[in-house]
Amino acid sequence: MLKEYRTVTEISGPLLVVEKIEGVKYDELCEIQLGDGSVRRGQVLEISETMALVQVYEGTRGIDVSSAKVKFLGRGLELPVSPDILGRVFDGAGRPKDGAPPIIPEKKLDINGNPLNPTSRDYPIEFIETGISAIDGMNTLVRGQKLPIFSGSGLPHAKIAAQVARQARLLGKEEKFAVSFGAMGTTFEEADFFITDFEKTGAIERAVLFVNLSDDPAVERIATPRMALTAAEYLAFDLDMHVLVILMDMTVYCEALREVSAARKEIPGRRGYPGYMYTDLATVYERAGRIKGKKGSITLMPVLSMPEDDKTHPVPDLTGYITEGQVILNRELHRKGIYPPIDVLPSLSRLKDKGIGKGKTREDHADVLNQLFACYAKGREARELAVILGEAALSELDRLYIKFADRFEGEFVRQSEATRRTIQETLDLGWKMLSILPRKELKRVHDNFLDKYYKPVGSTGKA
Amino acid sequence: MIQGKIARVSGPLVVAKEMRGARMFDVVRVGERGLIGEIIGLKRDQCYIQVYEETAGIGPLEPVVSTGQPLSAELGPGLIGAIFDGIQRPLDVIRAQGGDYIQKGVELPALDPKKKWAFKPTAKKGDEVAAGDILGEVPESPVVVHKVMVPPGVAGTIEEIREGQFTIEEEICRLRTVKETISVSMKQKWPVRTGRPVRRRLPPKEPLVTGQRVIDTLFPIAKGGTACVPGPFGSGKTVIQHQLAKWSNADIIVYIGCGERGNEMADVLESFAKLKDPRTKETLMERTVLIANTSNMPVAAREASVYTGVTLAEYYRDMGYHVAVMADSTSRWAEALREISGRLEEMPGEEGYPAYLAYRIADFYERAGRVECLGKPDREATLSIVGAVSPPGGDLSDPVVQATLRVVKVFWGLEDRLAYMRHFPAINWLLSYSLYLEQLAEFFADSVHVDFNQVRTEAMRLLQLEDELAEIARLVGVESLSPQDRLIMESARSIREDFLHQNAFDETDTYTSIEKQYHLLKNIIEFYRYAKELVDQDVELKDITSVSVRQDISRAKFIDEEKLGEIEAIAGRVKDELQTLKQAKGEAREEKAEGEEGA
Repeated sequence: MLKEYRTVTEISGPLLVVEKIEGVKYDELCEIQLGDGSVRRGQVLEISETMALVQVYEGTRGIDVSSAKVKFLGRGLELPVSPDILGRVFDGAGRPKDGAPPIIPEKKLDINGNPLNPTSRDYPIEFIETGISAIDGMNTLVRGQKLPIFSGSGLPHAKIAAQVARQARLLGKEEKFAVSFGAMGTTFEEADFFITDFEKTGAIERAVLFVNLSDDPAVERIATPRMALTAAEYLAFDLDMHVLVILMDMTVYCEALREVSAARKEIPGRRGYPGYMYTDLATVYERAGRIKGKKGSITLMPVLSMPEDDKTHPVPDLTGYITEGQVILNRELHRKGIYPPIDVLPSLSRLKDKGIGKGKTREDHADVLNQLFACYAKGREARELAVILGEAALSELDRLYIKFADRFEGEFVRQSEATRRTIQETLDLGWKMLSILPRKELKRVHDNFLDKYYKPVGSTGKA
Repeated sequence: MIQGKIARVSGPLVVAKEMRGARMFDVVRVGERGLIGEIIGLKRDQCYIQVYEETAGIGPLEPVVSTGQPLSAELGPGLIGAIFDGIQRPLDVIRAQGGDYIQKGVELPALDPKKKWAFKPTAKKGDEVAAGDILGEVPESPVVVHKVMVPPGVAGTIEEIREGQFTIEEEICRLRTVKETISVSMKQKWPVRTGRPVRRRLPPKEPLVTGQRVIDTLFPIAKGGTACVPGPFGSGKTVIQHQLAKWSNADIIVYIGCGERGNEMADVLESFAKLKDPRTKETLMERTVLIANTSNMPVAAREASVYTGVTLAEYYRDMGYHVAVMADSTSRWAEALREISGRLEEMPGEEGYPAYLAYRIADFYERAGRVECLGKPDREATLSIVGAVSPPGGDLSDPVVQATLRVVKVFWGLEDRLAYMRHFPAINWLLSYSLYLEQLAEFFADSVHVDFNQVRTEAMRLLQLEDELAEIARLVGVESLSPQDRLIMESARSIREDFLHQNAFDETDTYTSIEKQYHLLKNIIEFYRYAKELVDQDVELKDITSVSVRQDISRAKFIDEEKLGEIEAIAGRVKDELQTLKQAKGEAREEKAEGEEGA
């Protein structure tokens, strides 16, 4: 029989203090029964001999000091799992939200998990074709990678994430594939967009969703990504599936962290975010990966909005230091009407080098992408120059580069929401763009590839 | 033995009471599971403990026991090729025992106590030996001969020394000291926060050749030197660290992955086991020790990991080896300090970091150096440290960067602007510096080429001029620059693209010997020199830059090391082609002049 404490003495923000406790452990889960009989869940954040500091997941609204009863459960927050979680929608704390009955659990998993031993990790090398040229061609995603989308308010990150979820596949193989989606503080409309999109395309059959809406309790958001990842771990490493996890929006998640930190009166770090945010984010992001000897994998695509499109804001900054690259959306491209507005220059996939090339994508992939990057960077520089000096003052070559940059954005980056380009199509398109430029400008490409693929404008065959 | 009780738990910080007599930095076992922690503060009978493992599930009144020992590293054969966590627990053994995820409260010896090693004495019975003297050798890996030394603080006469197969705990030698007889095994222990003693420290004099052109030629680091690589994310800090660990000409590499990505460690493990060291033809893992405390592993152990790593490095240095430590990233270590400091409710300094941050950083880097080792036979060795720093937003005014810059001698400043242009390594050539240039000038002149330093200086001058000219060109357009200036811009561009830019993922380009580096740069500088003569004689710049030897210059970096002659020959062709051009132009001018005369 678990002891019930009626010794709540203080409530501040999402936290409450329980006194005169006995045998309570750090990080333990507890249940708080309110005067009206409803039950909320909380977690011990700090414990001393006399008191426990509890963070209440569903928020403290309506809790009163005199009638609240607290019961410590002797375990952490757990997620019940079974193969039936696919096709279901849960709220941010793991309770069914789709009206269907709770699942019959095969087992219960602690949502915090344990750190994966680095020696157990298998290095991600398998190319995932998303069908989006700016990702496949330039910032290739591989299975087991964590690649965030850095976005801003008003940019179509949700559409891109949904498109990736819909189109992602491994070259040449049909394997069990699933999507685990964690939404933190998204609006109803955004969440609805995903659910409808998944339902429309049938993807819902292979998806599990955890949705914390923007008017749901903020603290619950701290658990949501962990729920989605715990489900993913189960699907990947128990059921051998390849799971794509999409977490949206990590900035909102971090704000919830900040709220708890502020309520604890901790010394704030940059912009008021807690000093341990890097560690906290790492315990979320690092759960992606592959394990030696296991079939499944977890590929993580967190989405975050950069306040003021500022990449140096703590959330994108710390994320960038943990994840293996980033896909950055650009407002200027968006204004030009280019979808997806992916700015390939600051975007990066750190794991691409081992996932591309002969036998994986195509032999010339590495060279082509390096050359496209270099030329596009030059083209953008020339474009800036043209703004200052006027186009007439530019050299012939500079003008060619501008033409290249324009067509690169307009033809290579741009594609429709429904288009799925194969990697061959993407690379051929890349060569078409490169053909605008004279051969001697293409220094990053090996000669044999130039001979094979380079076909300058207005000529047939080799120049 | 001192035993107390837990009073408070807050994340990685545990406060224990009734601990009177406990000492600072002693290791304690916390709670019923015996989690490993270290005392970092004392207040009356209370101690503040940072726990190196996840503290979930422990609570007040559980026991806390002090071991009375400071956090120590286990030293002996078996370190090479191993992978440890921040407090030197063998991760591969943990995996074999506990599965893919790291469970709590695992206690394992760092070195396999059962494995037998072939010990061959080099000292003999009756020898007077003291701390640091070499007793014998063990072939630890195909490339590393492990020297078994007399442990620090011990001296005496060898009473018996045995050859044969021993475990690290078995006696290999007995020493008679003034007071007693001591049994010596191959295993030593050393507290990680204290530097191991040396006889004398010496100034560095040789470069640590890394095979990375921008580093070796422009901003070299000395063997025994210190360097820091700050940069925003995505600028290639880790790739540089990996490249140095792979290609630098140190005997032993200690790679510390401190609070970084798990996949990166998997990459190191996988690629080092495959890649061959160009000098020994054995795999790189045969000379590498890995410390992995990834970002999702407990934060306090991150703080310990850099000390553990540098202690292992010092141990091999004491054997007489050239050791290089790569620490990626020291910012994560500093953040661990900050997190613990915050939980201790200490008054914060800059950006919330504790006020003693700068001291801790200096203390760490000071463990590098070229030294005369303790003990017989006389031997010189070096320990170099390269630390990556990850400042928020790439802002170099970050306290960790600033504190690091005050102590290190080499600064490789990474820039995301260069990374976006896919110019790798993205080391900014104007921002970076090396304070070893003068000390190393003699080495370069003697062992590479007499005019190595001149070529280097000329290259730097061109790069500097390019920066100034680019500024003007931006305002008035390239076309309005004088041909001389345009030639400078063109040559600097060639230095950047054909020399500084290096592809870590290209088989040939990934490593460049110092001789090859010299010839590559020399060709470019030679071209500039001859071309300048021509420009001064009013030959069109367009004609000069379109000679075919320019293609050879830019492709030269892809020529194999074995064919150095081919690269050297380019300099000759530069001269020939430009001479021919000069003559042709000269004749054309004469003809024209004659023609005019005739008219």
